[in-house]
Amino acid sequence: MDHKDPEITLFENTMMPLTFNLSNVMMLIVTAAIVFIIAVVSTRKLALKPTGMQNFFEWIMDFVKGIIKSNMDWKTGGRFHVLGITLILFLFVANVLGLPMAIKVDGYLWWKSPTADPVVTLTLAAMVITLTQYYGIREKGFGGYGKGFFAPVAFLFPFNIIGEFASTLTLGLRLYGNIYAGEVLLGLLAGLMVSGPLGLIAGILPGMAWQGFSIFIGGIQSFIFVMLTMVYMSGKVVKNEEAA
Amino acid sequence: MNLDNFVLLNTESSGFLASLNDQVNLGDMIVTLLTFLLLLALLKKFAWGPLMGVMDKRAELIASEIETAEKNRMESEKMLAEQKAELKEASATAQSIVESARKQSETQSAEMIEAAREEVNRMKASAELEIATAKEKAVAAVREEFVSLSVLAASKVLEKEISEDDNRALIEETIVKAGEGR
Repeated sequence: MDHKDPEITLFENTMMPLTFNLSNVMMLIVTAAIVFIIAVVSTRKLALKPTGMQNFFEWIMDFVKGIIKSNMDWKTGGRFHVLGITLILFLFVANVLGLPMAIKVDGYLWWKSPTADPVVTLTLAAMVITLTQYYGIREKGFGGYGKGFFAPVAFLFPFNIIGEFASTLTLGLRLYGNIYAGEVLLGLLAGLMVSGPLGLIAGILPGMAWQGFSIFIGGIQSFIFVMLTMVYMSGKVVKNEEAA
Repeated sequence: MNLDNFVLLNTESSGFLASLNDQVNLGDMIVTLLTFLLLLALLKKFAWGPLMGVMDKRAELIASEIETAEKNRMESEKMLAEQKAELKEASATAQSIVESARKQSETQSAEMIEAAREEVNRMKASAELEIATAKEKAVAAVREEFVSLSVLAASKVLEKEISEDDNRALIEETIVKAGEGR
């Protein structure tokens, strides 16, 4: 698993140098493009009596709606519907993109899951936690939002602050760890398979099994990410009296 | 990117952001965020918005259909009740018509029987009268015939002059005798 990342740095030697992993950039754009194309093609011909892909997307919408409804009432949670659907599709596609292949060119790893990089997953996690803070303030005002950090008792304030950062870390690293580990194991099995005829025989069954399992993990992890997003969101948005 | 990068930031190099970028690819973060938010905006406009619109429209349609069905059901129930009442009324009317017709026919037949009976009685009475008259007439005619025959016979037998009065008495007596003998 020794590979280099195709990195370039813009604005070097300035106040704000920006390093891009071009592999991440490419895979993120590929993911977004796939999700966008599938979604737009599926919803191009909409009918009151749905068929084919429209059914599938309506099922996804209802699924995400169910996730949100299990955490808060629909009046509060309806505005997160679009976020949830986009997140779950984006993450699922990102998780499974690295399964069929990994492409290395001159030792540089180009094709992989974008979510097999902690920067990507932690950015998404930080975005989600930031959004929860924003909606918490918008829904309960600064007072209610601030009071939330002193609940249930005041001395827990530092732990609540740490908790926000811990949430970000666990949310991002859980996804990263699952997908990265899957890709490492797939890489090892692929290496075993190309090592010789015996290796091919030994590796082909576990390789297939692990790929299937990785698709499952990709789905589960995207579901968990959206579920936790809504859990954190409800923790900030739902008024304390209503919170269970 | 390795997990080693999440140790506390090394601030030896120049500037905070520069040292941060050494640890974490800031460019990747920006690209991730922009890509995701752009995808979110585009999908909301081109996919989720229309899809949600259609789903809402369907929900509305179903609600209105249910409402219409409920209204129709109530209307048909009302109509059914009306029909039932009308049917009941009609059957009552029919029964009364049949009843009155039956009564009428009964009285009519009774009247007809009565009339027939009267007619028969009348005819019988007139027939009896006629018979009685005819009998009397016949008796009178026979009696007259007998008298003249007797007179003729007597005058032929006797061939002699007797007084009118004796003659007469004799004849009368003969007639009575003849009447008794018949």
